[in-house]
Amino acid sequence: MSNQSTSSVPHAKLNPNGAGAAAVLAAGIGSFLVAVFAILADKVASIKSLMNFYKPTGPLSGVTTCAIIVWLAAWALLHWRWSWRNVAVGRVTAAAFILLFLGLLLTFPPLADLF
Amino acid sequence: MEITVHGLWTMIHGMGFGALYLMACSGALVELYRRYRSPLGPEIKEEDERFLRIYLTAMAVLAWLTVLTGAYIIYPWYRAVPPPGTADLAAFPQRLLMTSPSTSAWHSIGMEWKEHVAWIVPISITMAAVVFSQYRRSLRIHPELRAAVLGFVWASLLAAGIAGFFGATLNKNAPVAGGPIIHIVQGDQK
Repeated sequence: MSNQSTSSVPHAKLNPNGAGAAAVLAAGIGSFLVAVFAILADKVASIKSLMNFYKPTGPLSGVTTCAIIVWLAAWALLHWRWSWRNVAVGRVTAAAFILLFLGLLLTFPPLADLF
Repeated sequence: MEITVHGLWTMIHGMGFGALYLMACSGALVELYRRYRSPLGPEIKEEDERFLRIYLTAMAVLAWLTVLTGAYIIYPWYRAVPPPGTADLAAFPQRLLMTSPSTSAWHSIGMEWKEHVAWIVPISITMAAVVFSQYRRSLRIHPELRAAVLGFVWASLLAAGIAGFFGATLNKNAPVAGGPIIHIVQGDQK
């Protein structure tokens, strides 16, 4: 994502949007990964058994734990890269909304079953 | 008047944490919209800002409590496998739903959607709480970030609504019950 100042207000330079953009994009990634891991665990037997972190809860325990770990890792990485600067937050937000929308959509079983 | 331990936990999860989150969501949306709709609006007071920061943080805690109690306390009771030859499936909600074509979709669509979509809620509201706490009144000069926070809170309301709707209907069709019985009040005998 290229550097781009998004506001002419001087305060934006003192409080760059990078940290916020990192949090927003990571939330989109996390939401999308919940659906991706759920589909993988449903379709691939070996992944299903790998995701069985806590037997009483079954593969849901691994699906959600993995999604949360990757979400937090992505957040930390993006924060480390962007927190001190302004980024093209419009594009970042658009990407996050697309990922969020896909996450909501792909958790719906009839759509997830298309894969 | 009595309730089973499983029933009590289901109430705490759904009516305590989940329903409280849904109600809190509308308040958060109104406050976020009202305060930051215009960069030229009235000055936001420090105590108002602190209140909303605590409010969003409490919502994030509620969201995490809801999914964690759901996945690690109630869901194991819901998906418990009955011993072979069990005729009464009342204590095994998933199996009970799967026995009839008129109820099986409550599991295959309702629970399958609910158990995954609900996790989008804590992810979204945690992000909203952190971004708000970090930027506070300067969200006014970051319209895209403000829109993202509002959008994700809306999405969390939608996801929590889906999970709450299916949670309520699933519990109506095949209640999670069982475990020790807690006697609340002794009724009068007729």
